[in-house]
Amino acid sequence: MLAGWIVVLASFAYLGVLFAIAWHADRRADQGRSLIANPTVYALSLAVYCTTWTFYGSVGRAAATGIGFLPIYLGPTLMMVLGWFVLRKIVRVAKANRITSIADFVASRYGKSQLLGGMVTVIAVVGVIPYIALQLKAVSHSFSILAAVPEVVMPRAGEVPLLQDSALYVAAIMAAFTILFGTRHLDATERHEGMVAAIAFESVVKLVAFLAVGLFVTYGLFDGMADIFARARALPQLERLLTASDTAAGYGSWAALTFLSLLSVLLLPRQFQIAVVENVNEAHLKRAVWLFPLYLFLINLFVLPIALGGLLHFGPGGGVDADTFVLTLPLANQQGALALLAYIGGLSAATGMVIVETIALSTMVCNDLVMPLLLRRGWLRLRERTDLSGLLLEIRRWAIVVILMLGYAYFRLAGEAYALVSIGLISFAAVAQFAPAVIGGLYWKGATRGGALAGLSAGFAVWLYTLLLPSFAKSGWLPDDFMAAGLLGIELLRPQQLFGLTGLDEISHCLLWSLLANLGAYVGVSLWRAPDANEARQAGLFVDALRAEETGHWRGRGAVGGGTAAQVAELLALAGRFLGPDKARRAFERHAAARELSLDRLTADASLVHFAEAQLTGAIGSASARVLVASVVEEEPLGRDEVMNILDEASQARAYSRELEQKSQELTLATAELRAANERLRELDRMKDDFISTVTHELRTPLTSIRAFSEMLHEDPRIELAERTRFLGIIVGETERLSRLINQILDLAKLESGRADWTSVAVDLAPVIHEACASLSQLYKDKGVALTLEIEEPLPTVMADRDRLMQVMINLLSNAVKFAPAGCGRVKVGAGRTVMLDAAGRTEAALRVAVADNGPGIRPEDRETIFEKFRQGGQDVLTDKPQGTGLGLPISRQIVEYFGGRLWLEPVAAAEAGAHFVFTLPLPSGDNAEQQKA
Amino acid sequence: MTKKILIVDDEPNIVLSLEFMMKKEGFAVAVAADGDAALEQVAAFAPDLVLLDVMMPKKSGYEVCQLLRADPARAGLKIVMLTAKGRETEVAKGIALGADAYVTKPFSTKDLVAQVKLLLA
Amino acid sequence: MYRSRLTTQRLAAVFLLGCLLFNYPVLALFNKAVAVFGIPLLYAYIFLAWFGFILLVAVVVERRPD
Repeated sequence: MLAGWIVVLASFAYLGVLFAIAWHADRRADQGRSLIANPTVYALSLAVYCTTWTFYGSVGRAAATGIGFLPIYLGPTLMMVLGWFVLRKIVRVAKANRITSIADFVASRYGKSQLLGGMVTVIAVVGVIPYIALQLKAVSHSFSILAAVPEVVMPRAGEVPLLQDSALYVAAIMAAFTILFGTRHLDATERHEGMVAAIAFESVVKLVAFLAVGLFVTYGLFDGMADIFARARALPQLERLLTASDTAAGYGSWAALTFLSLLSVLLLPRQFQIAVVENVNEAHLKRAVWLFPLYLFLINLFVLPIALGGLLHFGPGGGVDADTFVLTLPLANQQGALALLAYIGGLSAATGMVIVETIALSTMVCNDLVMPLLLRRGWLRLRERTDLSGLLLEIRRWAIVVILMLGYAYFRLAGEAYALVSIGLISFAAVAQFAPAVIGGLYWKGATRGGALAGLSAGFAVWLYTLLLPSFAKSGWLPDDFMAAGLLGIELLRPQQLFGLTGLDEISHCLLWSLLANLGAYVGVSLWRAPDANEARQAGLFVDALRAEETGHWRGRGAVGGGTAAQVAELLALAGRFLGPDKARRAFERHAAARELSLDRLTADASLVHFAEAQLTGAIGSASARVLVASVVEEEPLGRDEVMNILDEASQARAYSRELEQKSQELTLATAELRAANERLRELDRMKDDFISTVTHELRTPLTSIRAFSEMLHEDPRIELAERTRFLGIIVGETERLSRLINQILDLAKLESGRADWTSVAVDLAPVIHEACASLSQLYKDKGVALTLEIEEPLPTVMADRDRLMQVMINLLSNAVKFAPAGCGRVKVGAGRTVMLDAAGRTEAALRVAVADNGPGIRPEDRETIFEKFRQGGQDVLTDKPQGTGLGLPISRQIVEYFGGRLWLEPVAAAEAGAHFVFTLPLPSGDNAEQQKA
Repeated sequence: MTKKILIVDDEPNIVLSLEFMMKKEGFAVAVAADGDAALEQVAAFAPDLVLLDVMMPKKSGYEVCQLLRADPARAGLKIVMLTAKGRETEVAKGIALGADAYVTKPFSTKDLVAQVKLLLA
Repeated sequence: MYRSRLTTQRLAAVFLLGCLLFNYPVLALFNKAVAVFGIPLLYAYIFLAWFGFILLVAVVVERRPD
């Protein structure tokens, strides 16, 4: 009733449907409306874990060991719970580092080692080949069974010639199909949306098919589960299946298988591909964590009923392989359509596995094995090629073909010696070797490339020796004497009783020794030396992958939940402790104002927590800030690492702040100096400004008189002669004043710029004083001021410019007469030797000249200011402005100082009236000596 | 009625020229040499116009101007500021303090007389 | 972070619970030739525990943030 051609047609039709789904999903992806961006699709695609092993093999396993098929599904259930941290971390790392396979992952973790990548690839390919063989075996058997209808015949491979072996054609068709699926174009991210959509669809198909068969067997052939179990209890051979073997080895084996499958669901290349590489959004994990285990639960619900039903139906040892019950039970009961559905379900399970597995493996082979070799050998002639994508696709296509053919070869060599599940477990044990390198690499920063290489090598070698080679030996393809006698006849080296360990099943045995060797080598060699810079950097990227996100999370939570007012106060207090209470309060107020809230209405939400952390980060570093803010917001205990981080940062901060303090002191000093210099410049500028303004004023004042009188004389010819004479006299006087002023300004300018070209000759000051007095005698006589001279004879000579000294004398004398009261004025000039302090503080002989008057005198506070330019003495004391330019004294002082002397106003007792000007001039050193002798 | 002018300056020659000028134009003239004297003379002489120098001992022209303007009884008094400092800021300051005119030295006698006549017209 | 940390801790606890439920010695307690409603005790126990476990995980991860 089921002709071979119908089965073939149905198979191709089904593959066509898969292809259509993939094509549609790819198109949707290109349009940006992804079909697979959905947590349910993600969870379903993870069910690629369930292969023909599950579909056919579980029943076989259940028929042999009862509940023993279950650890393979309990392990993944447990793993998915851990998936929330482990898988999420791997996904995060993979996305951040653009990782495209598990080989890539391991290589990248240990300093981007090509050797490691290649090694993982080899282990994966060798390890997974039995698993692929398992699929080929299951599909070809199911096809043979359907094609042999109406009889129920068990196929026997090895007996058929190669070209008539359906498994070969299955392998070829699957290779072609996978090539069509996975290598149509190249995607840098190695993501295959179409494939994922097809896999999710297949997961639904195989679940529906299996449940349909289960329901048919349980409720069609039997009267419900209770009925099946009741009948099974009646048969002694079946009754033992209802309980587990109650021995230590039984439980040990159970735990070992649970552990093995727990690792495999993470480490199988196809699981890594689907769970990590094809993951669209890590939030999808949230649903997968429970939906995928639920799928496993459902697909296993009817395994035991079908197994027991099959055994009851065909009878134990009834010539029907329990691995085929899913197919043979409907067939034996003339349910052709159901059998076809079951066949399609099995085909689904197989194609899903083969497609994803070979695509993942071909990517690894291409990227981590072939390309590095080609690049190293320089065979690519890269310069001549502009587009390598064609080459890459070509390599992958060949890799797919080779992998499937290897799978077929294993099937031919060893396939028949084992049940489906046992073949699969060999692969599981192989990929379990990745566990130390992958999981250790995620949590242990000290792991090194050497450690990973040593661990993988050791584990893989033990696996080869204890599991793969025996599988060949059992099939008769290797001499099996080494099995019984051990390698080289050493009994301790018997592959499945290594070092004499007995009592374990071969999988547990292999798992124990290989993981022991692997972990030992991994840890031991890693500890041999510290990670180099490259390894340390990658370790940081991998181990700390979730760190940044964890802080992000409290922000995220805050945005939803919001905190209490108490937390705001605590945050404020915390910030205050480091920033100062006032500054912190102001910052919080600004933050509140920016969000249009008052401080007391503020809640400790994401934004505020973030803000507080940012404030603290500036003060104490990011790690400390995060932990401290967390202590307020979360009240969680500090981890050791976090404490160490704080200590590290704190000591760095201390050193840094000391340095900073020193710098800031230097800076303060420099700033003070700069400020002083600036102040001085500003002062000079202001003085210059004032000077110009004053000079202008001083020049305009005589000009005003001159202009006014000349205009009046000019315009009014009727002015009397006496008036005219008087006005002209004023004009002449003011003109003289103007000229004097201009001369003095020029003098001053020269003096100040140091460009005065004065002679310095020996000058006898006595004649100079006499001459000055003589030139002013008329003025003194006019005002009635008495002038007395007290000059020591002979005066020593000084080195100076005679004319300049004359200028000083005239200036002092005219000042004196100006302020001396008319009629009773007295001016006294004295000159003689004295001693003065030179610049270095030594005494030296000098000439001293004093000019004293009995005028009103100078107030003590003005004693120095009168030497400033345009500060005429008594300006605000007298109503009559003294005649003068206000430059005389400054110029005189400059002259005296030019010749090394000093000019000052001597303080006088309050009883004495008048001003008492004194200047000294140093005597030449020769005269000094002479004077000392004398 | 003869208009009265008070001349305030600390430069005797400038006072002399201004006095001569104003008398010739037929004004009654009084003089003061500093700020305090100026305020006394304003009270005693009750001038119609003050020619006020800025740079003076005791009280500057600005201060005198300010005090005069603060006295409501002297509201009609005209003030002409005279200064040898011709900077913009100083002119502005004088005007701001309520001076009616601001003349920089050296001034043109004709212009000054015209200015005074204009203010007293 | 609080929420995420709490979920993480809960899941870790659930994982340990799972390891306990599906291994010796708890398993041995139910490994008896007894039937509950016709279903062998071990079989009934494992599937019920498994389902309850999945439910617990779902509740932990899908619970609305409180």
